[in-house]
Amino acid sequence: MAHEYLNDTTSPSAAATPRKLKVATVSLAGCFGCHMSFLDIDERLLPLLELVEFDRSPLTDIKHCGPCDIGLIEGGVCNAENVHVLREFRANCKVLIALGACAVNGGLPAQRNHLALADILQMVYRTGHGLAEGSSIPDDPELPLPLNQVHPVHEVVKIDYFLPGCPPSGDAIWAFLTQLIEGKAPSLGHGLLHYD
Amino acid sequence: MNDSFLLDGEDIPFTPGQTVMQAAAAAGKYIPHLCWHPDFAAHGSCKLCTVKIGGRFATSCTVRAAAGQEVENRTDELDAKRRTLLQLLFVEGNHFCPSCEKSGDCALQATAYEMGMLTPHFDHFYPDRPVDASHPDVLLEFNRCILCELCVRASREVDGKNVFALAGRGTRSHLVVNSDSGRLADTDFTASDRAAAVCPVGVILKKRLGFTVPIGARTYDLNPISAMGANAGQQADSRANAAHEKEVG
Repeated sequence: MAHEYLNDTTSPSAAATPRKLKVATVSLAGCFGCHMSFLDIDERLLPLLELVEFDRSPLTDIKHCGPCDIGLIEGGVCNAENVHVLREFRANCKVLIALGACAVNGGLPAQRNHLALADILQMVYRTGHGLAEGSSIPDDPELPLPLNQVHPVHEVVKIDYFLPGCPPSGDAIWAFLTQLIEGKAPSLGHGLLHYD
Repeated sequence: MNDSFLLDGEDIPFTPGQTVMQAAAAAGKYIPHLCWHPDFAAHGSCKLCTVKIGGRFATSCTVRAAAGQEVENRTDELDAKRRTLLQLLFVEGNHFCPSCEKSGDCALQATAYEMGMLTPHFDHFYPDRPVDASHPDVLLEFNRCILCELCVRASREVDGKNVFALAGRGTRSHLVVNSDSGRLADTDFTASDRAAAVCPVGVILKKRLGFTVPIGARTYDLNPISAMGANAGQQADSRANAAHEKEVG
């Protein structure tokens, strides 16, 4: 399944100079490690910027995702805000990619999934060691509500492609994106496909 | 008639009594598998080694080789089914490779790489399986168990100890330890047992060895599991043992 419409050349202006693809990126319940790894493509960022421009991303500080060709999701879904952001990306991105272990299977944050959320909050804010006197569970209305379990992104919205790794290497991200931009179905061989 | 069969169009010799898997392994050909091990009787439970013989599905570890068989192995159809089986295994347990010290030496992971598995696809079970760290030399990390019974077979048949067993049925099947307390420390299990070195995933882990060989220099970091031929799945065993002997002396 190659997304050939990414390289749509039927519009008159596209024939002269191909339109730059719009790319949005976000980190949900992630550590930004996948974004750091994305920056590890190093000087290849320059040729990439000939082909793409960034919409919402930590690189631009744009707060909401507009219509995009490619959306990269780092991290799983651990709270209500993550769900809203993920749905906004799905609604706006032609191709949505789960980037890294946490987006693919929940990753490290999902290791709380066999524990009851209430018990975790009690332990962390009320009964754990080294807490200040009168410490209580944060209840500021601006804080997004945590979900009972952390979910991989494909359990919440349709995901088109998966790029596992903790994080996926810069080389893997580069190979994946360039194949996708060329209109091919991305494939990673031995050495680039890692779950760790 | 020649004693040979066709595996993906290639002539494979066999001796009477050998299974398709045994003959393929002897010829250095890789048929994906997890519960099969050359030192133990066939188990036939993981179904990864399913091939098509004369157009019919069969587990190659249990079917005897026969002259003139036409066996399909690495076809897109069969690899897609293997990928689905692997995805089911991944969501049934808690397989978090980044925090697993078996990563890079794990047959489950390496087989999933080989099948091009990019996502577990299904909804995760996230089961609650506490670890057993009671034994001084060996950790049991039940979250990663794939129920291959290699440890059960090794402990029973080689070590003569019967330390492990499977209990429960269906999705409740799980590995148990044969002691009144259920703890490994209360058995006569030792780190030099065959059962301590046979786990294809990261359940039975010798303590204090976790990162003796760094990530990136491990068995399946260097070569894909399909390039291991007859030794697929065992290289990691022997490497862990060598590291253990070096460490412990």
